[in-house]
Amino acid sequence: MSEDLRLIAFCCQYCAYAAADLAGALRLQYPPDVRIVLLPCSGRLDLLTALLALEEGADGVMVVGCMPGDCHFLEGNLNARRRVEALQKLLQAIGLEAERVRMFNLSSAMAAEFAEAVRTMREQIAKLGPNPLRKVPQESEP
Amino acid sequence: MIVAEQKTLEEIKALVGNARKVLVVGCGTCVTVCFAGGAREAAIVAAELRMASKLEGNPKEVSDVTVQRQCEWEYLDQIAEQVGQVDVVLSLGCGVGVQAIAEHFPNTWVVPGLNTKFMGLPLEQGVWAERCAACGDCILGLTGGICPIARCSKSLLNGPCGGSVDGHCEVNAEIPCAWQLIYDRLKSLGKLEVLMDIQPPKNWQKARDGGPRKIVREDLRLGSGE
Repeated sequence: MSEDLRLIAFCCQYCAYAAADLAGALRLQYPPDVRIVLLPCSGRLDLLTALLALEEGADGVMVVGCMPGDCHFLEGNLNARRRVEALQKLLQAIGLEAERVRMFNLSSAMAAEFAEAVRTMREQIAKLGPNPLRKVPQESEP
Repeated sequence: MIVAEQKTLEEIKALVGNARKVLVVGCGTCVTVCFAGGAREAAIVAAELRMASKLEGNPKEVSDVTVQRQCEWEYLDQIAEQVGQVDVVLSLGCGVGVQAIAEHFPNTWVVPGLNTKFMGLPLEQGVWAERCAACGDCILGLTGGICPIARCSKSLLNGPCGGSVDGHCEVNAEIPCAWQLIYDRLKSLGKLEVLMDIQPPKNWQKARDGGPRKIVREDLRLGSGE
């Protein structure tokens, strides 16, 4: 891996988190720059938390929920998608690329697809480069 | 409740201008429940301003605080110290909240982060509709609890007008005709005879047309009242 990237993956416990667990059990390789955050459902995604992750220097945020129609709480994954879209618009208004946030849908059996999703996200973020908020100095201009 | 909507970040940035220290003040009442200006929204707007200003190479110090109600002096007293330390206060309260901050802190520059839209209710999560126009002389007792002032585009007292088509308003087919709603409701309640009374012109002086309004309740005032 060329540069150090920081990806945050908000994962639903019923699908993506289990898929990540299975990927580990199967010894599947995927980029190590991802940090997994367990959610009880992707519908629990908090826009503010995801935004603060990016403010604090995360380069990309993945939200991974169940396949459409398979949400344990019926529609949490569909609500999460709406929130991801809202966050993308918000990032554009701020001056960041909307592509830094992306929603994926998996089932708990899709370990290989989870690894693939992380690779896809990493490639997408590598193209954009690191989060510019990491590079901008903290100090105000003189 | 009072229903408001956030201004765009572009507009908020323009209002904040070159101020370096910004305090985003949320309000814990109406605009919290309509998800426009509560504690979470204040934190989000503060983060947006910090991130945008940093990306533009001129980082601002932006903090946020939320009071229970911006429209009462007692709650504003609690943030006096924070207000005194910033160049501008961005109020996420309704228009009353913004003005209360301006009035309570005469030396503070305050700008609005919301557009106050109307008094209404949530039809479902994420959808709000206007229900009251604060006309100052309630006539809901004549109309089965459906307000023609707020919900009829023409605020007719003896409707419907000729523009009512299939129960919808000619202004916009998505607006239900208030007078159709009133008729249907009175009919279902067996009270259609209420509509036989023709309503005389309304005294609009009790609404905004009579100038800014004020209520004085002598029974509630304290001390000499002077």
